[in-house]
Amino acid sequence: MNEQVTRPADRTTLGIKPTPGWARWVNEHRKWVLAAPAMIFVAALIVFPLVWTMYLSLTDAEGSVRADKEFIGLGNYLKVLSDTERFWPAVGRTALFTVVVLTFEMIFGMVIALLLRRSFKGERLVRLAILMPLVATPVAVGMMWRLIFDPNIGLANAALALVKIPPQPWLAGQYTALPTTMLIDIWQWTPMVALILLAGLTSLSDEPDEAAQIDGASTWQRFWHVTLPLLMPTVIVALLLRGIDALKTFDILYATKGKGGGSYHEVETLNVYAYGLSFDYNEYGVSSTVLILFFLIIIGCMWALAGRGKK
Amino acid sequence: MKRSTFLGLALVPAAATALSACSDGGASSGSTTLRVILANHVWTEAIKAAIPDFEKSSGLKVELTTLGEDQLSDQYNVKLNAGTGDLDVMMYRPLQEGKLFAKNGWMADLTSKSKADKAYDWADFQESPIKATTYKDKVVGVPIITEREVLYYRKDLVQKAGFAGPPKTLDELKAQAAKIATDNPGVAGFVARTGKSPAVTQFSSFLYSYGADWTTADGKSALDNPKALDAYKMYGGLIKDYGPKNVSTDMSWPQAMAIFQQGQAAFYTEADSLYKNATDPTKSKVADTVGFAQFPAGPAGSKPYNIPSWALGVNKASTNQDNAWKFIAWATSKEMSLKTQQAGVPSARNSVWANPEGVKGYPKDIVDATLASVKVGVDHDRPVVVKVSQARELVGAPIVDAITGKDVAASVADAHKKFDAFLADEK
Repeated sequence: MNEQVTRPADRTTLGIKPTPGWARWVNEHRKWVLAAPAMIFVAALIVFPLVWTMYLSLTDAEGSVRADKEFIGLGNYLKVLSDTERFWPAVGRTALFTVVVLTFEMIFGMVIALLLRRSFKGERLVRLAILMPLVATPVAVGMMWRLIFDPNIGLANAALALVKIPPQPWLAGQYTALPTTMLIDIWQWTPMVALILLAGLTSLSDEPDEAAQIDGASTWQRFWHVTLPLLMPTVIVALLLRGIDALKTFDILYATKGKGGGSYHEVETLNVYAYGLSFDYNEYGVSSTVLILFFLIIIGCMWALAGRGKK
Repeated sequence: MKRSTFLGLALVPAAATALSACSDGGASSGSTTLRVILANHVWTEAIKAAIPDFEKSSGLKVELTTLGEDQLSDQYNVKLNAGTGDLDVMMYRPLQEGKLFAKNGWMADLTSKSKADKAYDWADFQESPIKATTYKDKVVGVPIITEREVLYYRKDLVQKAGFAGPPKTLDELKAQAAKIATDNPGVAGFVARTGKSPAVTQFSSFLYSYGADWTTADGKSALDNPKALDAYKMYGGLIKDYGPKNVSTDMSWPQAMAIFQQGQAAFYTEADSLYKNATDPTKSKVADTVGFAQFPAGPAGSKPYNIPSWALGVNKASTNQDNAWKFIAWATSKEMSLKTQQAGVPSARNSVWANPEGVKGYPKDIVDATLASVKVGVDHDRPVVVKVSQARELVGAPIVDAITGKDVAASVADAHKKFDAFLADEK
């Protein structure tokens, strides 16, 4: 405080013009001033839409968001939460999709990371090949797999025919479509998990592992009791990143099955459902409700996972 | 897309409303720059090539945006919701979004403009397409592309099976499809759209030809009509019994057309405006053997739809409406309609069809099928409601159930109940 009082006086004696009032204000509040652009940005692009979506979810907005709408309280929430035809099946599919792909991606990712940890001949080529799916555009990936899994002209059935397995409906089947999209997701996103885990593995020191080896632990014991616990923070990060992404999967599902997730909504997850409600049905109130509920689900999952990570 | 999808979705309604506050009347009055937004289409290509001529004669500058069908739809959802004035001329689908747009007050009234100019000759437009671009007795759009459902068929296969010609009735279609499918392993007797929503429009001609319709005169569901059940059974049965093996239930026209182009199906019912996909040798293996016929007659005769798949309208929030009409009047004039039709896009103008120049290059059988269909055509190919997407899914569900061999009667009864409730809710 003293400094601020004395400084202008000192400056005047030195022949420097007194600092204008606004500049002093800026100087005194510089932590807010410097953070302001970022805060305004966050407020405008995240907080405002979120609040607005919450507001819309409490109205019967449809057709046009500018049309007259009535405040209907929790009406939409009651409607959505009691909808056993589209909403709950979509929640179920979202959960199933996330759990299945996450499980396989973590297991395969771990195996790949452990294999890639040791150097071997042709290592760079193998790494490159494994990372390929990751860099491909999801929509292009969707289109590619759609062709591969075409029941009549696709490669998948041609390959099955070689080993005398009858053709499968794949994406075209009411009950096979969701597992098929899971397969595509696992194919595409396992490399990312492998990459994160590999980074974690590389940073681990070899000593605990060597000590365990000297104590006579088997390979499995060394992995389960030494490497895995040490790697846990990285595993949690991979789970969080991939888990949230898997919950929100949209592109692969939309590219392979289109609006509504197929004629029987067989791959309709919450994200696909919400998109359809907004852009196809123009039911902005209901759509906002689904999005808010979806948002809460994601926050809940994140919180649960992050909480476990801290333990 | 992934991580941003949720946020992006959350943003849309919000951004739309936020924008609305500041963008009303964004365009300056009578600006010489005209903002035109069109869908990717053969029609658009033909018009694009001629736009410099329009710019020269009118002194206007055209700022053109072209987008894919779905992106265009999303654009309208965002921009029109925001009440934007920076769209003047809009290409839209009268039967899919026309009623919603008009109800929301997004379409300018073109009634007096369309009828003012004698040389433009509004009476020259076919009746059913005009009905579809009219909302509450006001003209809100000018049809640019029309289509009717016709029968695509393989002449060689029909001949090989010993039939004198393509089927005249739906029962004959069934018999011919059955014979050809049995005689030619690997070739389906029949293919058509199978997706719950895409199939609705192509199923509609079956429905009308059986003497049924989606709704009754007083706006209730008409699906409890036993004739409707017969129509569902016919369409679904044709695909279930004689369609491609392991048939997907997501097919829209590109997938169904691909099967026909590959020579894997004998009959295919589809919009005539897509005929070039079957006759173009670079796309189609059956280009030399494809034939076209009028939609086969059902118990109520041959009743294909005759609808405008696309039309031009003017954004009501545009402050450049007079110039926007100038563009539409030019693009839908007799001369330009002739040009676009010659490029392969069926026009809505009778004079163009009557003109031998207008059908030059078209296969004779498609011209015959089209002209015959215009006479008997029905003016809608889907339920005429505001929320078309939901309605299509409701009435389309029994199509898919018929294809997959489920209980069609139960499915139609269920659809009738839901569609009736939907219609009551929309009133």
